[in-house]
Amino acid sequence: MNNHITLTYQVSGDDFTRAGEASSDVKSKLKQMGVSPEMVRKVAIAMYEGEINMVIHAHGGIIRVTISPDEIIMVLKDQGPGIPDVEKAMQAGYSTAPENIRSLGFGAGMGLPNMKNHTDEMDIKTQIGVGTTVTMKVKL
Amino acid sequence: MTLQELVDKNIFTVINLGDNLNTDITTPYCCDLLSIAMGKAPAGSAWVTVMGNVNTIAVASLTEVACIILAEGVFLDDTAKMKAKEQNITVLSTEKSIFEAALSIYQLLSD
Repeated sequence: MNNHITLTYQVSGDDFTRAGEASSDVKSKLKQMGVSPEMVRKVAIAMYEGEINMVIHAHGGIIRVTISPDEIIMVLKDQGPGIPDVEKAMQAGYSTAPENIRSLGFGAGMGLPNMKNHTDEMDIKTQIGVGTTVTMKVKL
Repeated sequence: MTLQELVDKNIFTVINLGDNLNTDITTPYCCDLLSIAMGKAPAGSAWVTVMGNVNTIAVASLTEVACIILAEGVFLDDTAKMKAKEQNITVLSTEKSIFEAALSIYQLLSD
């Protein structure tokens, strides 16, 4: 099967103002492909939250998006500090974001819950001191 | 009411006009926490907030709100203004409070 497209993005870890560029690009590509607005929104929101997390917590990373006729898979891989307690991190309102991020309107502990709510499947593999890989799937 | 019709009422100061002026405004939406707005802002809403940074523009673009309305006399910083132009996001501003700004849109939508 060759009817899928893979997009790869390098997310810079030190530039918070550029966070979201990868998600914007995926969003416009999905729109061009004629994916329904509702699905585009789900993917864009989930990916943007993941991208922001990478910038805030993990000094950036790599996002790979695979688009096929029946699903979109996003794999966000970083070499950050890892998540000590995934269950806790998944709780709405739980946050370890620093003050400067909170003053920008983020860091309310909604990122991971938003990602879960806007995707059909989400899996987090994390190892302290090694990094985190988040895989999200949206069914079309 | 379309976004163009809202702009034409001259209630709000125009900071940037996007390419979506034909969009029908569905509802006012109020939220300052971008994390929450990201998950909850309805597409087509007029999003009233006091957050005027570059991430506000990114969230508006991704959630496809009709426009951003900056309340309490807040203005966009230069980076955010550039981003709004680049991404064709309509941004309006007002000296009104968030509640008053949202109420005036609500009233216009109910008329």
